[in-house]
Amino acid sequence: MSQNTPILNLRGICKNFGSVQANKDVDLTLHKGDILGLLGENGAGKTTLMNVLFGTYAADSGHIEIDGLPVAIHNSADAIACGIGMVHQHFHLVARHSVIENLMVGQPSKHGMLDRADAEARLAKIGEDFDLKLPSDALVSDLTIGEQQRLEIIKALFRGARILILDEPTAVLTPQETEGLFKAMRALIDKGMGVIFISHKLFEVREITNRMMIMRLGVVTATLDNTPDLTDRQLGELMCGHELTPPEKPAVEVGRVLLRLSNITAGGTPERPVLKDVSLDVRAGEIVGLAGVSGNGQSQLAEVIAGVLQPHSGTIEIDGNVLSRPTVNEIKALGVGRVPEDRMGTGLITSLPLSDSMVLPRIGQPPFSRYGVIDRGAISKFVAEQVETFGIKTASVDIRTGTLSGGNLQKALLAREMAWDPLILLVAQPTRGIDVGAGEFVHRQFLDMRARGRGLLVISEDLEELFTLSDRIAVIYEGRIMSIIPAAEATARNVGLLMAGFQEDAA
Amino acid sequence: MKVRLEQREKSSPWLNLALPLMAIAATLVLCGGLIALAGANVLEAYTVLFASALDSKFNLVETIVKATPLVLTGLAVAVAFRAKFWNIGAEGQFLLGAMAAVFIGTQEGLPTWSLVPLMIVCGILAGGLWAVLPAILKTRFKVDDVVTTLLLNFIVFYAMMALLDGPWKDPLSGYPDSPDVLMEAEYPILLTATRLHLGALMAGLAAIFIWWLMRFTTLGFAIRAVGENPRAAAYAGHNITRVIILTALISGGLAGLAGVGEAAGLHFQVMAGISTGYGYTGIVIAMLARLNPLGVVPSAIFFAIIITGAEAMSRATGVPVFLADVIQGTALMTMLIALLFTSYRLRVSLSSHG
Repeated sequence: MSQNTPILNLRGICKNFGSVQANKDVDLTLHKGDILGLLGENGAGKTTLMNVLFGTYAADSGHIEIDGLPVAIHNSADAIACGIGMVHQHFHLVARHSVIENLMVGQPSKHGMLDRADAEARLAKIGEDFDLKLPSDALVSDLTIGEQQRLEIIKALFRGARILILDEPTAVLTPQETEGLFKAMRALIDKGMGVIFISHKLFEVREITNRMMIMRLGVVTATLDNTPDLTDRQLGELMCGHELTPPEKPAVEVGRVLLRLSNITAGGTPERPVLKDVSLDVRAGEIVGLAGVSGNGQSQLAEVIAGVLQPHSGTIEIDGNVLSRPTVNEIKALGVGRVPEDRMGTGLITSLPLSDSMVLPRIGQPPFSRYGVIDRGAISKFVAEQVETFGIKTASVDIRTGTLSGGNLQKALLAREMAWDPLILLVAQPTRGIDVGAGEFVHRQFLDMRARGRGLLVISEDLEELFTLSDRIAVIYEGRIMSIIPAAEATARNVGLLMAGFQEDAA
Repeated sequence: MKVRLEQREKSSPWLNLALPLMAIAATLVLCGGLIALAGANVLEAYTVLFASALDSKFNLVETIVKATPLVLTGLAVAVAFRAKFWNIGAEGQFLLGAMAAVFIGTQEGLPTWSLVPLMIVCGILAGGLWAVLPAILKTRFKVDDVVTTLLLNFIVFYAMMALLDGPWKDPLSGYPDSPDVLMEAEYPILLTATRLHLGALMAGLAAIFIWWLMRFTTLGFAIRAVGENPRAAAYAGHNITRVIILTALISGGLAGLAGVGEAAGLHFQVMAGISTGYGYTGIVIAMLARLNPLGVVPSAIFFAIIITGAEAMSRATGVPVFLADVIQGTALMTMLIALLFTSYRLRVSLSSHG
C-alpha cells in the first residue's frame, strides 16, 4: 500500500428506493488525516450513503475499497471489522450501565468471561492517545450530553475504528462543547485516522474540515478543498441549487404584551419542579429566542404554554386574559399557534393521511365539521390550498403523513398553524433536520408574522438561528431563566456561558 | 442468499383486499393438513364445509343468523382497536346485553309495545357501561386494558351462572335456563318460516352506521387520532380520556346489542351456552377485516360459514367439528403475519462477495 492510497474509497454507489434514486453514482475518497465535510439538504442522500457504508442498506451497485482493497459490507459488524465507526445523532448507549460496561457490550468474551482489566487498559490508552478521557465507572445517565458523545467516539475507537463517521454531532452541544469535540477530531487525524463530518452548520464545516463534498438529489454536485475564501452563501447555493438571499429583518415597532408568564413553576413534583419561577414576556412585533442545551426545561415550558402541562403555581397571560390552569382548547381559542419540536410525536400523526394531520386541532369547528359531522370536501379544499401556498411537496393530500420529508412536514405544521393567523406562535427547533432552503422559508414566515405585529417565542439549540431571528434572547438553564439579553448584545461566548450555567459576572 | 425485511414506502391499496384473501387461503391450506391427518379427503371436506352452509335457502338463512352476533362483536372490537383500547371483553359485554334483555323481556307490567325498544336500549347500556369500567381504569389509573377486559368476562360469566342456578333457575325442569321472555318481547321475524330476525337487519345497519361514524364524524376522527398518536391528539386539544370512554361505550354497546339479538331473536332466554365465544371470535373477525367496519360483514359471514359448515362436514367425513376452532385460530395467526407485509416487504438478495 503506497502512501497515497486512500483509506476509504466509494466508487459508483447507486441506491434506489422504489422509483426514488437516493444515491446515483456516488464517489467518495477519504485519505489519512482528512476531515471530510459532507453537506447537503435533507433528502440529498447523505444518510443513505453513510448507511450503505455502515452496512445498514445494501447498495444496488458500486463498490467499497478500504486501503485500496475491495470489501463487502453486509451489516454493521462487517463495517466495524473493516475499521469503520459511526456516531449517530441519537446515541446508542445503555443509560444504567457504566462507561466501561458500555464499551464491553458486544465484545468477544474469553471462555464466557468478560475481560474487564483488558478493557480498562484499552480505555486508558485511548484516553492518553486522543485526549478523550472519561471515568470508567461513571454511569452513562450521569454523563452530560457532550460526555455521552465522547463515549460514543471512544466506543468506535475501542472497536478499532480508523474511519469515523459523525452524523450531525454538534446539534446537541453548547458552543464550548463543540470546541472540545473539534479538539478531539484534530487529535484523531493527527494519529492518521479519517473523519467524515456531517453537519448543517456551514460555519462549523468551514472551521473544522479540510475538504467538503456536497450532495444534492442523490448526486455529488461538488468536491472542494476548504479555502478561506469560501462563503456560506456559495456553499448554500451548491447545496440547494439556486441563489439564496438571507431574510431581512426590518425594524418593527414593539407593541403590547401578548404573552406573559409570571413566576411559573411546573413539571416534576411541586417540591422538585423542573421549571423554577419562570417569568417571560413576548410583545407584539417581537421574536423572543429561548436558548439552552436540550433538557433544561424547554419542553416543559412549551408544554405549559400549549396547555398540556398544568403549572404548580404562577400564571399565564395571553393578550390580557390571565389563566392559572389553562386547557389546550382555551389557549388555542385565545390565538396561540404551536409548532412543536417533535414534529412526528406531538405535531402530526404519521400514520394518518396528510389532510387529517393538517386539520387535527381544528376538526371540531366549521368549515371542517358541523354538529359533529365532517365535511371531507372542505378539508380537502383547505389542505390543497395550504399545500399550494406553502409549496409542500406531496403526491396528494391523501398520502400518509409520514412519507413526507422533514422539511415538508415542518411546512405542513407551519401551514396548519398559520392558516389561522395566530396572535402568538410558539415554535421549537424550527429548522432542526431540515435543509437550508426550507429553513430560510420558515424564517421568512416568522419575520412576516413579526412585521404584522404578532409575537413569537422561538426555542432553539441553534444559536446562529436565534441570533438571526430574535429581538431578545432568554437563556434557560436547569429550569431557570438565567438572563434575557437584547440580541444586539448577544455573542456566542456570553450566551454559551449562560447555557452552561455560569452567571454572567465577568461580562 | 439473504432474506430480509425492508420497510415499504407506502402500502398499496390492492394489498388491503388481497391480504385477507391470502390469509384465508393460507389458513385453508394449513388446516387441510389436519383434515388429511384425520383421514378424510381434503377437497371433499372443504366442499361439504362451504356447500352445506350455502346450498339451500334454509342453510343460507341459518348462516346469516349465525353471522348476526358475529358482525356486532366484530364491530365492537374494530371500533375499540381503532382507539388502541384493547377490548378483549366483548364476550362479557355480550352476556350482559343478553341478561339485560331477558330481565326486561320478562317484566309483565310494562306496556307491550315498549318491550323491544327497552330491551335494545338496556342491552346496549349494560354492555357499554361494563366496557366503560376498564376504560376508566385505563385512563385514570393506567391499568392494562387487555387484562381487565379479559378478566371481567369471567366475572360476568360466573355471575350469570349464579343467577341461572339461583333466582332464574327453571323451577320445573331444574335446568340452569332463565325464564322465557314474553311473546311481545321477541324480535320480529323478517322472513316467514325462517329464524331470520330483526337482529340481522340491525347488524347490517350497525356496520353502515359505524363506517359512517368512523369516517364522517369528529368522534370517529378523534378515535383514530387518539389510537394512532395520543400525544399529538392531546396537544391538538382532543380529550383522550373522553374519547376512550366514548369508544368503550360504543364498543361495549355493540357487543351488548349482539347479546340482545341472541336473547330476543333466537333463544328467547339466557342459558349457559348462549355464547359460543362470540366475543372472542369478534377479535378474529375484526382483525381479518383490518378493522374496517364494512369489511367486518364479509369477515363475519366467512366465520359463520365455517362454524355452521363444520357440523355438516363432521357428519359427512368424520373430521371432528373442532376444526372450526382451529380454522379460527389459524386465520388470526395468518392475518397477523399478513399484516406485517402491509408495511414491510421481503427482499431476497444473492450475496455478492466482491
